[in-house]
Amino acid sequence: MIASRFLPRQHLQTLFDQLDALGYRCIGPQVRDGAIVYDRLGDLTALPIGIGAHQTPGRYRLEHQDHQRCFAWANGPQALKPLLFAPHETLWRTERDDAGRLAFTRELQPAQRQAVIGVRACDLAALALQDAHFADARADPSYSRRRHDLLLVGVECGQPADTCFCASTGEGPAISTGTDLTLTELDAGFLVRAGTEVGSALCDALPLRAPSDGELAQAEAEIEQARLSQHRSLPGRNLRESLFANLDHPRWDEVATRCLACGNCVAVCPTCFCSTEREQPSIDGSGSTRVRLWDSCFSAEHSYVHGRLLRPDTRTRYRQWLTHKLGGWHDQYGRSGCVGCGRCIAWCPVGIDLTAEANAICSDASESAQEAP
Amino acid sequence: MTSPPKSPLQPVDSLDRRPRLAVHKLSSCDGCQLALLNAGASLLRLAERFDIVHFAEAGIIDVDAEADIALVEGSVSTAEEAERIQTIRARSRWLMPIGACATAGGPQALKNLANAEAWIASSYPEPQHIDARPTADAVAAHVHVELELPGCPVSTPQVLAALASLLAGATPLAEQDKICLDCKRRGQVCVLVTQDAPCLGPITVTGCGALCPSLGRACYGCYGPAENPEVATLAQRFAELGLDAEAVKRRFLFQQSGAAPFQQLLREWHPKPRAGSATASVDQGSSMTSEDRDHSMISASGEDEDD
Ligand code: SF4
Ligand code: SF4
Ligand code: SF4
Ligand code: SF4
Repeated sequence: MIASRFLPRQHLQTLFDQLDALGYRCIGPQVRDGAIVYDRLGDLTALPIGIGAHQTPGRYRLEHQDHQRCFAWANGPQALKPLLFAPHETLWRTERDDAGRLAFTRELQPAQRQAVIGVRACDLAALALQDAHFADARADPSYSRRRHDLLLVGVECGQPADTCFCASTGEGPAISTGTDLTLTELDAGFLVRAGTEVGSALCDALPLRAPSDGELAQAEAEIEQARLSQHRSLPGRNLRESLFANLDHPRWDEVATRCLACGNCVAVCPTCFCSTEREQPSIDGSGSTRVRLWDSCFSAEHSYVHGRLLRPDTRTRYRQWLTHKLGGWHDQYGRSGCVGCGRCIAWCPVGIDLTAEANAICSDASESAQEAP
Repeated sequence: MTSPPKSPLQPVDSLDRRPRLAVHKLSSCDGCQLALLNAGASLLRLAERFDIVHFAEAGIIDVDAEADIALVEGSVSTAEEAERIQTIRARSRWLMPIGACATAGGPQALKNLANAEAWIASSYPEPQHIDARPTADAVAAHVHVELELPGCPVSTPQVLAALASLLAGATPLAEQDKICLDCKRRGQVCVLVTQDAPCLGPITVTGCGALCPSLGRACYGCYGPAENPEVATLAQRFAELGLDAEAVKRRFLFQQSGAAPFQQLLREWHPKPRAGSATASVDQGSSMTSEDRDHSMISASGEDEDD
């Protein structure tokens, strides 16, 4: 393991200044409309200092706490996904010239170096899955470009929410890989360790000192406490067989009486990647714009094939979400599509808990398959 | 409903004349016509590409004109309108009701749930002069329509997009996504989850771009029910958030009370006992105490929605 150094709290601004000097646009957590959202961050005073986030199924509340920490909350509705897989993006334009011929132009946003501060272990695992989908095999040009220019400053979780279960899925709360720089927050400052050469170079420019044994022990104890405080879990890390063997389980009918088919779970899930496209012709007939939008398997269009809806009702749509997320993903990307962030639980307007649904439907799996990580 | 019928128009370049557009009005406030008048430069483009044969708010009047495309604002509320909509249908190739009144009866459809005659008698000293049918109806309750564009008022970009598609010889998109999906696409923070606001976004079709939630308010549902609207499930959620049965029903009594799924809710829905609710049994944390409410010091300004 890479040795940690210590950044006293009063020097945190130096990190922002360094990133700024290197031409990065800093994105970080901040309070907006009663939640912690990730947006452009000029300096550290905009961070959620002394803020905690209280999350339960269908409910999210911020609260003032008596401390100076900036990252003493688990997560908000989004983190990296909208920064890379844009919720609304123009793909190409069509123009008609005077002779009536059509010309197609690809739309690519100009490159912009972005640094995201405050990325969590679950977000990093989700990013690896989004990379597998968007950047690896058939690279999506816009995603790949934004991904290439991204610098990641992770922060380990000391205060998971009631809805978090990253310990069960194996992603957190500690960060093992995927960042340029990883921070662990203590009262007096941050343990810092570099994950890449860019991160090392940044470290060299920061006023770091060696951490005390007490600081190292304290950080370890807080992360361990964060792990132990999580009480939700999935019945196993590979539920593929169990889910597909239970496609007629009565629980699908029961959950359909509670679910709104609103798609909020999909929208906040950091791994979901479905999109739809729309053609937007201009009213003067001179051209047309092709846009890509976030879609969800709870929408009608998602299962519309040649004149009919394959999934017309909430039962089949909820079943698609859960069986793809926890089952089909193993076939596509060799692991579950759930990283245990708990967002779909907190941001579901009726508080449906996918761990409760998976435990009810895969009760056979929870008895037999307690596989090792 | 999965897709509207095929466009009746050939691509505009292959017509030997400009297609004719009519904008009709039934019982309404004219707000949807104004939404079109407000289209700015797009309205000028529209006037170049169409022969506008009837559009009263724009000063062009020929109510009997034949049209390729007819937009209709307003509900069918009088005997004269019930006749006139038949004539409009017969003289239009593509009939597109616009706005909540034309697609669901609008605010005036509130009378459908009451004894309209008694209301009129209580308001007017000489009720015999009032020509009103007992119900205010959507246009589609009287004649076949090709595509409905809801909203209060209708969304100008949606009308322009539908007209642009028709001009290109393509079938216009029938929006089916729920407000929630648009709300999340726009990066807005959910007012139901952070404020317990009784938001209709989970069952309402988008078109406004999740306007009310963008201002920290609960959606009023003015675009009407989306496909597969889980109206009773959402009503139950509002009851769990603390609204009494009467207040829950009032959430469905705005511009869209005439929509079939809302009518069904108003007739049939009763709150389930709280202890048996599935949500509460999944996790006690979702049932909140007033102490919990006091924890929400940093939520957006959440005035009472039920003014
Ligand atoms: S399924 Fe839910 S808990 Fe799992 S990654 Fe998606 S949002 Fe997070
Ligand atoms: S099918 Fe559903 S669960 Fe799977 S990626 Fe798409 S939206 Fe997510
Ligand atoms: S599980 Fe919740 S968030 Fe997902 S579609 Fe159903 S009601 Fe909406
Ligand atoms: S604010 Fe309303 S529309 Fe937006 S996600 Fe929440 S419930 Fe849906």
